[in-house]
Amino acid sequence: MYLVPSLVMFGCGVFGFITRKNMIAILISLELMLNSVDINFVVFNRFLYPEQTEGMFFTLFAIAIAAAETAVAIALIINVYRVVKNVDINQLTKLKF
Amino acid sequence: MESLGNIILYFVAALSIMVFSVLTVTTKKILRSATYLMFVLLATAVIYFQMNYEFLGAVQIAVYAGGIVVLFVFAIMLTHKPGKDAEPLTMHKKWLGLAASLLGVAVCGYALFSYAKFCGAKITAVSTMDMSELGHTLLSTEKLGYLLPFEAISVLLLACIIGGVVIARKR
Repeated sequence: MYLVPSLVMFGCGVFGFITRKNMIAILISLELMLNSVDINFVVFNRFLYPEQTEGMFFTLFAIAIAAAETAVAIALIINVYRVVKNVDINQLTKLKF
Repeated sequence: MESLGNIILYFVAALSIMVFSVLTVTTKKILRSATYLMFVLLATAVIYFQMNYEFLGAVQIAVYAGGIVVLFVFAIMLTHKPGKDAEPLTMHKKWLGLAASLLGVAVCGYALFSYAKFCGAKITAVSTMDMSELGHTLLSTEKLGYLLPFEAISVLLLACIIGGVVIARKR
């Protein structure tokens, strides 16, 4: 029963990832998806294998990696903003082949 | 999940996760979206605490709700004019996103509820790790020790710091 909010959260993340135009909004949707997967790991660890701790440690490392990934992505976004003065993905077509 | 307070707490956390995550992806203002994301992350921390993973809940609050949301707010302040709304979505993109997410939720929800006997499982006798045991596990090299990922994460974080500085500095 803990999986239901996680499922809804993942669905919202997919929806936001596809529909939003803003790069920061896309990153926020990505965080939602990562967070729902973390909940899944912890729930399966607690309910199916309560005497082991792999799910908890995996979530711990996933949180650290999510923090690192967000920091790099935001550095990229700020740099893009400095060059293009915009973070809208429709107008970032300079790299398009 | 035995006592009434626990059940009420679960429903509050689950409802706030669902409502605020929908609001996060549908609101027009990007700063509000970041704020709703913070509420979602705090409710997730409540769920971790409820499952007796105190350390994980504390990490969730400190790293996610404390660090990442502040980072988002900084980035939004740096790259947006205040008070400007996002553009309205185009129709076919909206339907595409709605179809993809609803399809995924439907398939996973069907799989979830066809195994619904798992839903009623209660948290078995609390075998929670105390802090010293957790630290020893994190730094041990024996079976089920996590020294190698720990060091890999530390190298990754260092590379990430350097990369962030190099990418975002003025030339």
